[in-house]
Amino acid sequence: MIVDMYLIFIWAPTESVMGHVQRIFYIHVPMAWTAFLAFSLVFLASLFYLPVRKAPGWTKRWMLWERNPMWDAVASSAAEIGLIFTTLVLITGPIWAKPIWGIWWTWDARLTTTLVLWLIYVAYLMLRSYSNNRSQAGVYSAVLGIIGFIDVIIVYRAVDWWETQHQRLVVSFDRFDVASDMRVVLYFSLFTFLVLFGYLMWQLMSIKQLEISVKEASDQLSMSRSRDTRG
Amino acid sequence: MPYLFAAYTVTWVVFFVYLFFTSRRQNELEREVTAIRETLDNLDSSKNDEIL
Repeated sequence: MIVDMYLIFIWAPTESVMGHVQRIFYIHVPMAWTAFLAFSLVFLASLFYLPVRKAPGWTKRWMLWERNPMWDAVASSAAEIGLIFTTLVLITGPIWAKPIWGIWWTWDARLTTTLVLWLIYVAYLMLRSYSNNRSQAGVYSAVLGIIGFIDVIIVYRAVDWWETQHQRLVVSFDRFDVASDMRVVLYFSLFTFLVLFGYLMWQLMSIKQLEISVKEASDQLSMSRSRDTRG
Repeated sequence: MPYLFAAYTVTWVVFFVYLFFTSRRQNELEREVTAIRETLDNLDSSKNDEIL
C-alpha cells in the first residue's frame, strides 16, 4: 500500500486537463473492478450453493451435489466486502465529479445502476441478518446473489449502451486509452486492492468458521448440561 | 487538492475501521470458543472425578 501511494502521488504524472484530482481515478477504478470481482464470486458461490431441489418422484441423478455451507460463507463474505468497495466507489466518484463536472451527482446510467447494485447487496445482507432460519436465509440470499449479478453486467456495459455523463471505458480487456505510466500505476493499484480483497476474504471466512465452532461448542455444552440435569 | 485529500482519507479510514471491527469480532469469537471448550473440559473432568 505504501508503494501504491508512492506510485500514485509521486511517480504518476499529473494529468494535463484535470490536474491532481485525476489521481482519484487510481483508487476509484480498481475499487470498482474489485467490487465486480466480489459480486462475480457471490454469483458463482451462490450457483454452487443452490442444489437442484429434490422433488417427490425425482431420481437421485437430478441432485447435482449436496448443499455445502462453505459456498454460502464464500458468497456472504464476498457480498459484504463487495458492498464496502461499492460504497467507496459511490463516495470517491462524486468527490471526483464535483471539481470536474461541477456537480456531486447526476442520474446518469452508470451512476444510477451502481446505486441500484449497492441497494441490491444491502438487501442481500439485510435478508441474511433479519432471518432466524440460517439455511433458508442462505437459499434466499443465493437467489438474490444470482439475480443481482445481472446488474453487474448492466453497470459494466452502461457507458456503452447509454452514452450519458459518465466517461466511456478507458481501460478494458482490449482497450488502453491511458498513458503507459498511468496504466502501470492503475494496474499496481488494482493488484493492491486485490490483495486487500484476498486478505478481507480470508478474515471473514475465518470469522464464519469461528461462528460455526461457537455454535457447535454451545450445542455440545447445552447437551452436556441437560444430560447432567436428567442424571 | 482538498477533493483528492478527501477521497483518499475517506477510503483509508473506511478500510481501517472495517479491519478494526472484523479483527475485534474475530478475537471475541476466539475467546468465546476457548471459554466454551474450557467449560466443557471442566464438566468432563468433574464427571470423571464423580465416577472414580
